[in-house]
Amino acid sequence: MSNRMSTENELQPVPGETPEAGERGSELRAAADASRVLDKMFEETGETVGNPKCANPHFITENVNVYYGDNHAIKDVSLEIGKNEVVALIGPSGCGKSTFLRCLNRMNDSVESARVSGTFLLDGQDIYSKHLDPVLLRARVGMVFQKPNPFPKTIYDNVAYGPRIHGLAADSSELDDIVHTSLERAGLLKEVRDRLDDPGTSLSGGQQQRLCIARTIAVDPEVILMDEPCSALDPIATARIEDLIDELSQNYVIVIVTHSMQQAARVSQRVAYFHLGSLVEVDHTNKVFTNPTHKLTENYITGRFG
Amino acid sequence: MTDTIKSLSTHDKVLAGLGKRRRSERNFRVFGLMATAVGIIFLAVFFTTLVANGSSAFMQTFVVLEFEFSEDALAPSGQLDLEYADFDGLVRNAIRREFPEVTSRRDRRELSKIVSVGAAYHLRDLLRKDHSLLGSHIQLAVPTSSNVDMLMKDNISRTVDAAQRTLSDKQIAWVDELVASGKIHSKFNTALFTNGDSREPELAGIRGALVGSIYMLIVTIAISFPIGAAAAIYLEEFAPKNRWADLIEVNINNLAAVPSIVFGLLALAVFINWMGLPRSAPLVGGLALSLLTLPVIIIASRAAIKSVPPSIRDAALALGASRMQVVFHHVIPLALPGMLTGAIIGMSRALGESAPLLMIGMVAFIVDVPGSFTDPSTALPVQVYLWADSPERAFAERTSAAIIVLLVFLLLMNLSAVIMRKRIERKW
Repeated sequence: MSNRMSTENELQPVPGETPEAGERGSELRAAADASRVLDKMFEETGETVGNPKCANPHFITENVNVYYGDNHAIKDVSLEIGKNEVVALIGPSGCGKSTFLRCLNRMNDSVESARVSGTFLLDGQDIYSKHLDPVLLRARVGMVFQKPNPFPKTIYDNVAYGPRIHGLAADSSELDDIVHTSLERAGLLKEVRDRLDDPGTSLSGGQQQRLCIARTIAVDPEVILMDEPCSALDPIATARIEDLIDELSQNYVIVIVTHSMQQAARVSQRVAYFHLGSLVEVDHTNKVFTNPTHKLTENYITGRFG
Repeated sequence: MTDTIKSLSTHDKVLAGLGKRRRSERNFRVFGLMATAVGIIFLAVFFTTLVANGSSAFMQTFVVLEFEFSEDALAPSGQLDLEYADFDGLVRNAIRREFPEVTSRRDRRELSKIVSVGAAYHLRDLLRKDHSLLGSHIQLAVPTSSNVDMLMKDNISRTVDAAQRTLSDKQIAWVDELVASGKIHSKFNTALFTNGDSREPELAGIRGALVGSIYMLIVTIAISFPIGAAAAIYLEEFAPKNRWADLIEVNINNLAAVPSIVFGLLALAVFINWMGLPRSAPLVGGLALSLLTLPVIIIASRAAIKSVPPSIRDAALALGASRMQVVFHHVIPLALPGMLTGAIIGMSRALGESAPLLMIGMVAFIVDVPGSFTDPSTALPVQVYLWADSPERAFAERTSAAIIVLLVFLLLMNLSAVIMRKRIERKW
C-alpha cells in the first residue's frame, strides 16, 4: 500500500518543471498503472505461484490469516519450511512478512488486537493447540530480532538465561559448557572469552547481535526465526552474521526476514515473496532471482518498487 | 508578488528571517534565565528567613544555681516521697539565695519566674536516680524560663514600655545581675530533641512528633509500596487493555488529585469509626497517608514499567520465559529505580502532609513520646502547626526549628533513596 502511495506522490504535477521531467512523470505513471493492474490481477487470482511445498517439511503452515483489529494483515498464506533449510521472506515494508514470522513462535499472542487463524504444524504438532504452552514452543522455536536486544546483564548471564529458566544444565560446569559452546558457535567466543562478566550492552552492534544469536542457540531450538537481523549492522558485521547463518543451517531450520535481496540470495535456499499480506511466490532462491514467475516478484526484485 | 519571491534566492530569504529567529531565541533564553533566577531567589529567601528565625532555637539559656536537697523541704515527715516532695520550693529557695535582698512576696514571685518550671522536674529526676543526694548541696545549670531566654536572644526589647513586655524591669535587672556574675550562659538545646511537646516553650521538644512521623512513614511505606507496585505491575503487564483498564486508569489519576483532607475523612470513617482503631495513632495516620500515596506510587511505577524497552520483553519471551519470569527477571529490575523514585515522592508528600492527620485526631496536645504504632502521637507538620498557633514568643523560633528538622528529615530520606537507587542501577 505504502509504496503505491509514494509512487503517486511523485506524480504530483510540479509547476515549472522541464519537459524531460514531465516525460519521466508519465513513465512513472505508466509503471504505477501497471503495478495497480498487477495488484488487481493478483487480488482476483490470489494464488501463490511457484512451489510452497517442500520434500521434507519440518514446519507446515496452511491457510494462515492474521487480523490486527479490522486490518487483514496476512491473507490465506500457506508455506512449508523444510528440514535444514534457510527460507528467506522478502517483500516491501508492511507486506506482513514479520507478522507471519511472529506467528511461528506465537509472539503475536502478546499483541492484544491480533487474531491468528490457520494451521501451524511444527513436526506434526499443532503449535496453536490449547495443550501446548507457548513457553514450550518458544524453547523449540527461537527468535533473533531486528535490533540487537541483549539483556542488561553480563555476557555470561545473557547466554545462560535460557538454559537457566528451562533448567537445561544440571550444574554450573554444565552451564559453563553450554555458554561457551553457544558463544563459540555464534563466533563470539574469541572476542569475549576474557570478559564474560562485562555487560552485554558494552559490545558493538554486530557483537551484540551475535550475542543474541548465541543466547538463542543456547536453548538448542529446532527452528530459529530471524527478523531482519542485519538491518542495524554495518556491512562487515552483516557478512559475519551471514556466514554464521550458513553454519547454523547445518543444524537448525532458519526462517529469515530481510529487506536485502542480496542477503536473501546469499543465505537462503528458498525465497518467499510477500505482497500486501499475500504470499505471491515461493521457489528456490536461484529460480526466484533469475527467472521469477510472477510479474509482481519480478518488479520487486528488479527494483521497480519496494 | 510571485516575481519578488522568485527573484530572491533561498540564501537571501533565510538571511532576511535570520535576525528575527535569533531575537526570539535570545528572548526565550532570557525568559528562561529569569524564571530560574526567580525560583532561586524565592528559595534563598525562604531558607535564609527560616535559618535566621530558627537557628536560635537550637541554643537555650541556662542559669547556674546552688540547690540544697534539704530534708526539711523534701521529707518534712521524715519519709521521702518523690510524688509529693516540694521541688518547686527547692528551686524557689535556690534563686532567692542569689538575691537575699528581695523580700516582698510579690517580688519573690517575680523572681522565681526567672527559672523554668522544668527545673523542679529535673531535680526530682536527679533525686530519683540517686537517693544519696538527700541533704547535699549541688551546683546545677537549669534552663531559665522562656521569657529570660527570649531576653538573652534579644527577642524581647528592653526599650519598650514595661507593660508591653513579659518581663518586668526588676526581672530584667536580676537577669543582668546574674549575667554579670557569670551565672547565666547559653548551651545547646538538647531538650528540643529529647522532649515531647510542652506548654512551656523551654521544655518543648520535637521528639514526640519526629518519632510519630517515623512510625507513620513506616506504616505508609509498608502498606503503599507493595500494594502500589503490585497494582502497577498487574495493570501494566497482565491486565487486559480494555475499557475497564481505561476506567481504572482515569480513576487512579483522579485519586492522585483528590485533596488530602478527603482521605483524612475517609480514614476517620473507615479506620476509626468502623474498624475501631485507636484515635491519634500513627497506625491510623500511616493508613490514611497510604491512601494518599498509593495513586502516586501506582502512577510512577506504571510509568517506570512502561519505560522498560519492549525489546527486552520480546527477547525474554522469545527465549521461552513465562510472563511471570519476564516481569520478575527483566521488567522489575529495570523499573525498580523508577518505582523507588515514585515511592520516595509519595513518602515525601506523606511526610509533609498535615490535613488528613487533623481529621484523625493527631492534632492533639501530646506530651509523651510514642512507644508503639498505637500510642497517641502527633507528626512533624502538625507540630509545626501547633507551635505556630501558640502565643508564646519562644514558640516562634521553635516553629522554624521544627521546620528545619522536617526539611532535614526529608533531605535525608531523599538522599538515602538516591543512594539506594544508584546502587541498584549499578548492578545492572
